[in-house]
Amino acid sequence: MSNKRDLVAIIAFSMVAVFFVFTAIMMGPVGEHYFGDPDETDMDDYIINNAQTETGANNAVTSVVFDYRGFDTLGEATILFTAVAGVIMVFRRLKK
Amino acid sequence: MSDDGMSRIVKTMTSLLFPLVFIYGLYVIAHGHLTPGGGFQGGAVVASGCAMILVAYGSGWTMKKVKEKNLSTVESLGALLFIGLAFLGLIFGAGVFFNNFLANSEFIFFGTKVAFGTTAANINTAGILPIMNFAVGMKVTAGLFAIVLVMAHATSSKKEDK
Repeated sequence: MSNKRDLVAIIAFSMVAVFFVFTAIMMGPVGEHYFGDPDETDMDDYIINNAQTETGANNAVTSVVFDYRGFDTLGEATILFTAVAGVIMVFRRLKK
Repeated sequence: MSDDGMSRIVKTMTSLLFPLVFIYGLYVIAHGHLTPGGGFQGGAVVASGCAMILVAYGSGWTMKKVKEKNLSTVESLGALLFIGLAFLGLIFGAGVFFNNFLANSEFIFFGTKVAFGTTAANINTAGILPIMNFAVGMKVTAGLFAIVLVMAHATSSKKEDK
């Protein structure tokens, strides 16, 4: 019984996987915009032209990560904090 | 991972290599606003050096020297510094969250003005970005080292004699 059910599950997952891969292959580029040639470049131009004078950082990536998108970095730091808290909580008691 | 650590040769080489790794990680953190890298990357470098010490000297020795409670404290301090700087932006300057109130303000720390274009790298610029890089570096170093240390200590073969 279990073998038959596993076979059905494998076939179903394979069909779903084939469907997704086939769709991804057939889809092609959305519209006429290829990689590296976006339609709207306002945000890129603003950051390239103003990041250095506004934040004073020569590294524009850091100015985006810590200044323009600082809230996102706060989320990343929170994720790391949660991960560390979870790992310590799980492994601290194992030694005793 | 046994608690006695590895041989004397490995321990000596680790002692020689660790300062170099540590200084390189601090360099990556301190120059986060000038060169590629930053708090996350430099913190990972420093944590790798600490993991090297852990492998060479054993988890029991390292756990005696560095408690995971202290590492958690350092990590929380880094997070508090980061969020505190973000909240200071509400008070000073334009009054928005994550406002870089120190940048280009002619303040004595990190307040030097920067012109547009190819300029000489001056470390005393970029306002709160270097301080935030330092806070995140502190946080990532302590967090990753705490993860590795606690996992190695929990899975070490020798029983702790308490």
